[in-house]
Amino acid sequence: MLTGMPGFGAEYMGDHGAVNIIGAGFAGLSAACLLAREGFSCRLFSVQPSERAQSVLAEGGLNAALDTMGEDDRPEEHYNDTLKGGVFLADPNAVKRLSEEAVRVAAWLQELGVPFHMKNGRVVLRNFGGQKKKRTLYSRSSTGKIMMTALIDEVRKYEASGLVERFPHHECVRVLIAGGSCFGVRIKDLYTGAVCDYPGKTILCCGGLTGIFPGMTTGSALNTGDLAACLFSEGVVFSNLEMIQYHPTTLGIPGKRLLVSEAARGEGGRLFVMRDGEPWYFMEEKYPELGNLMPRDVVSREMYFTARREDCGDTVYLDLTMLSDAAWEEKLKDLREELIHYFSIDPMTGPVPVQPGIHYFMGGIDVDIDHRTSINGLYAAGECCSQYHGANRLGGNSMLGALVGGHAAALNIINTEKAGDMPEADHLTGSGLYPVSPEDDPALAEASPVLVNRLSDILLEGLGIVRDGQSISAALEKVRAAAGENPDYNLREKNRLILAEAMLKSAGSRRESRGAHYRSDYPETDENFRRTSAACYEDGEVRIAFRSIPERRES
Amino acid sequence: MKIILKILRRKDAASEPYWISIPYETDEAEFSVASALRAINEDTERRDVNGEPFEPIRWECSCLQKKCGSCAMVIDGKPGLACDAMISGTGKERTVTLEPLKTFPPVADLIADRSSMFEELKKLKVWSPGGLKLSEEAEETAYDASRCLQCGCCLEVCPNFHAGGSFAGNAALGPFTRLLAELPKKDNKELSASYSKYVFEGCGKSLACRDVCPAGIDIDRLLVHSNAIAVWRRKSAADKVKN
Repeated sequence: MLTGMPGFGAEYMGDHGAVNIIGAGFAGLSAACLLAREGFSCRLFSVQPSERAQSVLAEGGLNAALDTMGEDDRPEEHYNDTLKGGVFLADPNAVKRLSEEAVRVAAWLQELGVPFHMKNGRVVLRNFGGQKKKRTLYSRSSTGKIMMTALIDEVRKYEASGLVERFPHHECVRVLIAGGSCFGVRIKDLYTGAVCDYPGKTILCCGGLTGIFPGMTTGSALNTGDLAACLFSEGVVFSNLEMIQYHPTTLGIPGKRLLVSEAARGEGGRLFVMRDGEPWYFMEEKYPELGNLMPRDVVSREMYFTARREDCGDTVYLDLTMLSDAAWEEKLKDLREELIHYFSIDPMTGPVPVQPGIHYFMGGIDVDIDHRTSINGLYAAGECCSQYHGANRLGGNSMLGALVGGHAAALNIINTEKAGDMPEADHLTGSGLYPVSPEDDPALAEASPVLVNRLSDILLEGLGIVRDGQSISAALEKVRAAAGENPDYNLREKNRLILAEAMLKSAGSRRESRGAHYRSDYPETDENFRRTSAACYEDGEVRIAFRSIPERRES
Repeated sequence: MKIILKILRRKDAASEPYWISIPYETDEAEFSVASALRAINEDTERRDVNGEPFEPIRWECSCLQKKCGSCAMVIDGKPGLACDAMISGTGKERTVTLEPLKTFPPVADLIADRSSMFEELKKLKVWSPGGLKLSEEAEETAYDASRCLQCGCCLEVCPNFHAGGSFAGNAALGPFTRLLAELPKKDNKELSASYSKYVFEGCGKSLACRDVCPAGIDIDRLLVHSNAIAVWRRKSAADKVKN
């Protein structure tokens, strides 16, 4: 457990209402575990059970400077790599917390029995992109699934004791906000259609903006992005929305992009293109130190430009034929099975054609170091929020960020509840639930797939691996045109149009290149833009402002 | 390629089920049931074989790559995942039949309410009492056991399982096995007793589950392992446990 976090004792059982947690992946389960362990009750809402959360798709592993490999690794180095990987756009104090908590999170997961790969009684760490030392704990090629299983078992204990109440086929259709405070959530039971309001402070753990790009990401179809769009249109501040991670190695399968884990390159996989009839290992030539394991933004961009060179073929391949049988058996078994199943490609005998695909959203709901949003009593953790990863997330930091974020949000609620200094909105004092007629709330009507797909196409034109002012403006015009042509869009459709505008405006406003955001018209990184882009919807208009990044506090 | 999807529909839990036949045509030589369902639902002009328009088919899906168990349903009479079930061309038009899992109460169309699986694990207290010990010997068993998707396919084919009965079925096997593999013997009495009563005693060893597990979990091995620890109270040969 995160014993290093100050200020709480296990005996506290105050008089407080249940906390609402939206989403039951890593961030949600992490928050639920800490709240329950401290005697706080919570409701865990998710459209499907935890087993179906996007978290189970995480493959690579979890970064923690455990230094079991004799490389003299320390959290400070994890901190440095994370900040540098994110091109210094992340909050250094939050990253410091991340790198230090990582060691404790890893210990906690081992206590819960996550079967990380071990040798001679010690956890084995492997190489991951953007990091010079072995720092990534893993469980073959399904680390996310295996970690989720242990967390689900742990939360089950609290379900039985009544501290965690699960709502496993329930969608949060909106957060109830009044006067700058959150006083609860509106929940639809997807099985019965019943709609109820649940009072209480709320932690959003609802995943990234996957559903804004249906079929074009490596994520889960459950993460529709509707709730994020709804929150944005209600004035919640979002940040760094232009920072979208394209994972270098994905393949298209029906309905999504299939990820070829970075672990495949960590084990020795090499990217190449054909040039003059010969394979050209372009990453190794250009980046002799980290080679194929440069941060994801760099690899994706190099692939993009290399495949467009006149002297090169237009397909980039990942050669994995040199990997040992043991590596396939112990570390990448699932990957090989997937490639054979969906593509009839056996990566042990032939190269795999790969393309960059959308994998992660570094930007999202703006939060402080304690994961508080711009709304009182509303928190966000995991991929839905913008924290830790700056302009580019390192492999091995996403599950970690979700677990640390969920804990941090829960801890802040615990501490403020104990101190009794949480200002309460009038509505917050209620303790029952309030049925709502489905006709009463337009947030219940779903967005049409036609508009959703059209918006996705438009956004991809403006928010590709390589962008420029012209393509961003053109996309923005198309979004506005789409918005103007139909006054009868439903609420979710209108919300999506507003969020799309915010994403494009964020990208248009950042007139520099940094991490995942590469502008061909501003190819240099500009120190003046080492600022967080904050997007807000006010008085019917999307506004973008740049906010300075805090200095690192000495501790 | 052109196929007919014959789907057992139901508006809600209280309504009578009925069949609908939907034509689906694609340029792909091979596609998954999941991709066909997605395409049909996104088609604003969708019509059944009689030319009648219909509401989107309700089904559950999440990862679309066999990792989450969400889209479990009965496909041509056998339980499986819609994202895993590939349909390839045979030249002539064929019919693919889709039904919800029948072991669980129906919700709507291809959705069944699998809550009982999760409730069962809670009732049987399948969680760590603390003191789990990670070891290289237990790693493989714990890993395999942790891969269970909780999709329910194994329960659908089990001749001994019925929802609400005393046999939890092999959906409980994975969670039990991970904990039994990692708990020192002195701490596993309660969990062993629960496993013996609700998994071991109810299993008739038909092992029909073995052939349908979409995750390809070696159910035999997990059973042998957990039976040894929980029922016979000895270490499992499957782990090659030292000392």
